[in-house]
Amino acid sequence: MTEIFSWPFAAEILPALLRGAVVTFIATIGGFFASLIIGAVLLALGRSKQTAIAWLGRGLVELLRSTPLLIQVYVLFFVLPDAGIVLEPVTTGILALGLYHGAYVAEAYRAGLDSIPRGQWDAIESLRFSRFAAYRYLILPQAIAPLVPSLGNTFITMLKDTPILAAITVPELMFAANDAGSQSFRYVEPMTMAAIAYLVMSLIAAFAVFLLRQRLGTRYA
Amino acid sequence: MSDMITFDKVDKRFGQTVVLDQFDFRVARGEKVAIIGPSGSGKSTLLRIIMALQDIDQGKVSLDGRPLWDAAGGKHRIKPTRKHLRDMRSLVGMVFQNFNLFPNLTALGNVAAAPRHVLGLSQAEAEARAAALLAQVGLSDKLQNYPATLSGGQQQRVAIARAMALEPEIMLFDEATSALDPERVGEVLEVMRALAHERDLTIVVVTHQIGVARAIADRICFMEGGRILEDGTPQQILNEPRNERTRAFLRAVHLS
Ligand SMILES: Nc1ncnc2c1ncn2[C@@H]1O[C@H](COP(=O)(O)OP(=O)(O)OP(=O)(O)O)[C@@H](O)[C@H]1O
Ligand SMILES: [Mg+2]
Repeated sequence: MTEIFSWPFAAEILPALLRGAVVTFIATIGGFFASLIIGAVLLALGRSKQTAIAWLGRGLVELLRSTPLLIQVYVLFFVLPDAGIVLEPVTTGILALGLYHGAYVAEAYRAGLDSIPRGQWDAIESLRFSRFAAYRYLILPQAIAPLVPSLGNTFITMLKDTPILAAITVPELMFAANDAGSQSFRYVEPMTMAAIAYLVMSLIAAFAVFLLRQRLGTRYA
Repeated sequence: MSDMITFDKVDKRFGQTVVLDQFDFRVARGEKVAIIGPSGSGKSTLLRIIMALQDIDQGKVSLDGRPLWDAAGGKHRIKPTRKHLRDMRSLVGMVFQNFNLFPNLTALGNVAAAPRHVLGLSQAEAEARAAALLAQVGLSDKLQNYPATLSGGQQQRVAIARAMALEPEIMLFDEATSALDPERVGEVLEVMRALAHERDLTIVVVTHQIGVARAIADRICFMEGGRILEDGTPQQILNEPRNERTRAFLRAVHLS
């Protein structure tokens, strides 16, 4: 007779699942920071005064937003080696997540910058700030605070996107859960445990967003 | 006396709207001028051109004898490069109707930011300068306050200190007291009046509050339709206006 949930089996597969969870965590964190940087680059390209570069930037954003992540993952996985760039699967995965979500992050940045009132720019120009000083000390600190909730969403969406990386053999959490399931033909335990692991990581992320908003929110209204 | 601000037959249009029409204007060094006139007559545009926030279509504008704008038929004869504009802006400070303080910085941070990051003073020097200026505008006890926790009058005093921190020779005030509660106007006016006592500081205030013009200016210009229609001492303009349009405007202001 088999129980619905076997604790001994759960204990047996726990180490493998934890290793998978670590990979998922690394891929999410890596992908998240990649998307923050790639988003800034995409926005800068799209806003370039050089029309060709601006078109390239906007075209790239369109392309990244209108094709499935799975395809982008495959393309990077099979195309980069042809171009002589050989990366670990997890690195390729981080890059793919960063590109795909970077296109959305670029939009969030744009909204953040557009929310800065014109009067701020009048003051900045009249006080003779350089572009760099203006962005570094005045614009970005103002633009980023309202972005925290949407960047928090990006993080959690990215976490839930990581199973796609299994397609390019990244041994992340779902990969490990599937593996454990297919070896024993028991899926209830690995899937339940994986779900709990995703839930815990999402909750931690949500809590981090909460703390960050509190910190930023109490400094100025 | 040498001219601090010179407008020479300046045209400025926004699409079909003519904002300045063959506009001539001179302000001597150290003079305190108030510009009054109906809404939409181009007063803010005039100040923004002096602050190099707005260009012109035709004519010449000079500050302290140095050309700022020189245009003919919408073409700039002086290239408005970032460097040129930043150079010219070192002569001018501006105070805006809505204060435009940086919400992410304290009062002290707002005033210290430009000395620190534009002039390159050390943090300690910049903050010392900022604290001294904030003391002058009566805000020594608010150095660490963020703008959101200050009243309108206090915010505008921070904004004045911030503009003064770069030691301009010309100060522009665009409806600086218009967004304030009536009982808060006095504290800002007090600060402006103190600045007006500085002999060498050239001041141009735009206002529709006659009391403000009277308190600050030794000369008042009435502007309408992109031109100055009347120009004289406060006593003459306010008490015995010659132009019919000036009289109509003053009647309307007194009624409101
Ligand atoms: N950036 C702009 N683009 C288009 N039109 C503008 C712009 N700035 C000003 N105008 C127009 O130019 C005219 C003069 O505007 P300006 O703000 O200089 O007037 P003002 O005398 O300051 O008026 P107010 O007393 O209402 O502040 C107005 O008709 C205004 O709508
Ligand atoms: Mg105006």
